[in-house]
Amino acid sequence: MTEGYSEKVMEHFASPRNVGEIKDADGIGKVGNPVCGDLMWIYIKVKDNRLEDVKFKTFGCGAAIATSSMITEMAKGKTIEEALKITRNDVAEALDGLPPIKMHCSNLAADGLHAAIKDYLEKSGKK
Amino acid sequence: MDHSATCAVDPAVVEAMLPYFSEKFGNPSSLYAIGRQARRAIEDSRQKVADLLGARKEEIIFTGSGTESDNLAIKGIAYKNRKKGDHIITSSIEHHAVLHTCKFLGTQGFNITYLPVNKEGIVNPADVERALTPKTILISVMHANNEIGTIQPIEEIGKIAKEKGIPFHTDAVQTAGKLALNVDSLGVDLLSISAHKIYGPKGVGTLYIRKGTFLEPQLHGGGHERNIRSSTENVPGIVGFARAAELARERLPHEQEIAGLRDSLIKGVLEIKDSYLNGHPTKRLPNNANFRFSFIEGESLLLNLDMKGIAASTGSACSSTSLEPSHVLLAIGLKPEDAHGSLRLTLGLENTQEDVDQVVSILPDIVNKLRMMSPLTR
Repeated sequence: MTEGYSEKVMEHFASPRNVGEIKDADGIGKVGNPVCGDLMWIYIKVKDNRLEDVKFKTFGCGAAIATSSMITEMAKGKTIEEALKITRNDVAEALDGLPPIKMHCSNLAADGLHAAIKDYLEKSGKK
Repeated sequence: MDHSATCAVDPAVVEAMLPYFSEKFGNPSSLYAIGRQARRAIEDSRQKVADLLGARKEEIIFTGSGTESDNLAIKGIAYKNRKKGDHIITSSIEHHAVLHTCKFLGTQGFNITYLPVNKEGIVNPADVERALTPKTILISVMHANNEIGTIQPIEEIGKIAKEKGIPFHTDAVQTAGKLALNVDSLGVDLLSISAHKIYGPKGVGTLYIRKGTFLEPQLHGGGHERNIRSSTENVPGIVGFARAAELARERLPHEQEIAGLRDSLIKGVLEIKDSYLNGHPTKRLPNNANFRFSFIEGESLLLNLDMKGIAASTGSACSSTSLEPSHVLLAIGLKPEDAHGSLRLTLGLENTQEDVDQVVSILPDIVNKLRMMSPLTR
């Protein structure tokens, strides 16, 4: 069953980073749909245009949890502009790839991050 | 704990098979000595498999799998009776080997009725009766469901079929070796089983065909298996199947113990908050437990169990290639998000109370870890 997953995916799945919510988050991105089996919430805390903290809560398969964990590591410390440039493919590559069937349904983390940034920009009147 | 997926081949089965790969390699259709030896082995095997089903030797056809047996039964009856009618009755929770075969026939001009099930996964025999039309040529309802373990009222449906003179098929792949099988008391005309679910080899199945039931062959060729299933016989596989069938009969009383383990597993797991049993509490396979846990997804549950060395199965879309949640779980009325959180544990001969205790002790932490991570958790 784990055959399709890289060691890196399994490592992030087994010990996911930055799990939880940020109580006073500056932005929250909610993507996916529980009907399809994947739901991801990404929380961000922004200071001086940088992502000071990034956390997640995810309902979903191994790939959904691993990509969530990975995006929090990739985005933390980045500027808003840099973070917006992170793509779904970047996340998959950082995890040494995902099984083809998971590329569409579970690889939602970049979308979640972008949604959280959009939420932040709207709330702070920057957009 | 995924014995309903497959089992290890019993060493006694391997031992019975081995000579038929080497010194007894003959083709049963050859007339010289080693051919006759292979022919004899097949006919002895046929008797042993017939004994498992309470059938006659002449009513047993060897196939390449349970799936092939289902295909042969359904397409074979459908095409044989095309002039009589075009209506087939089945249930909405059949194995894909039946369901997809019926769907295919639906594209070939046949009309298929997919009967609903109640929330425990049981077909109502009165629904079968109501669905009958003068054009009905086949009823196919599985003996027990492979996912949720529910046992269907086959005897009652069999009576209805017999009264109306309509051929009745059941897929008994999950029940062989688990429940006592008797084709007469079940009242079936066709019954499919598979060797690898009873500690036999993969790649061999059986279709029981009641004397006087006729079907159209689906494999044409040299006329093997009474001209119903052409193909040179898989002699080692058939011999292994027969040995597995003998062992299954001997071990049937042991299924009571497995049911005891199952009940202990169910009791232990249901201690977890917001967990539920899918299927019927008592009308279920002795080795099957199927749960659902709110707020979490099945594949991540499976991966966590796998990391602890426990094999299981789920109805979640995320672990399937279709990306659809299990049709069985949807048919018992679960919402897709609940179907995603299902976990099937199926026990086998090797499992012990210690295995059950281990699952019961580690599962709460895994469920808890995933719930802490889930935005759905209340």
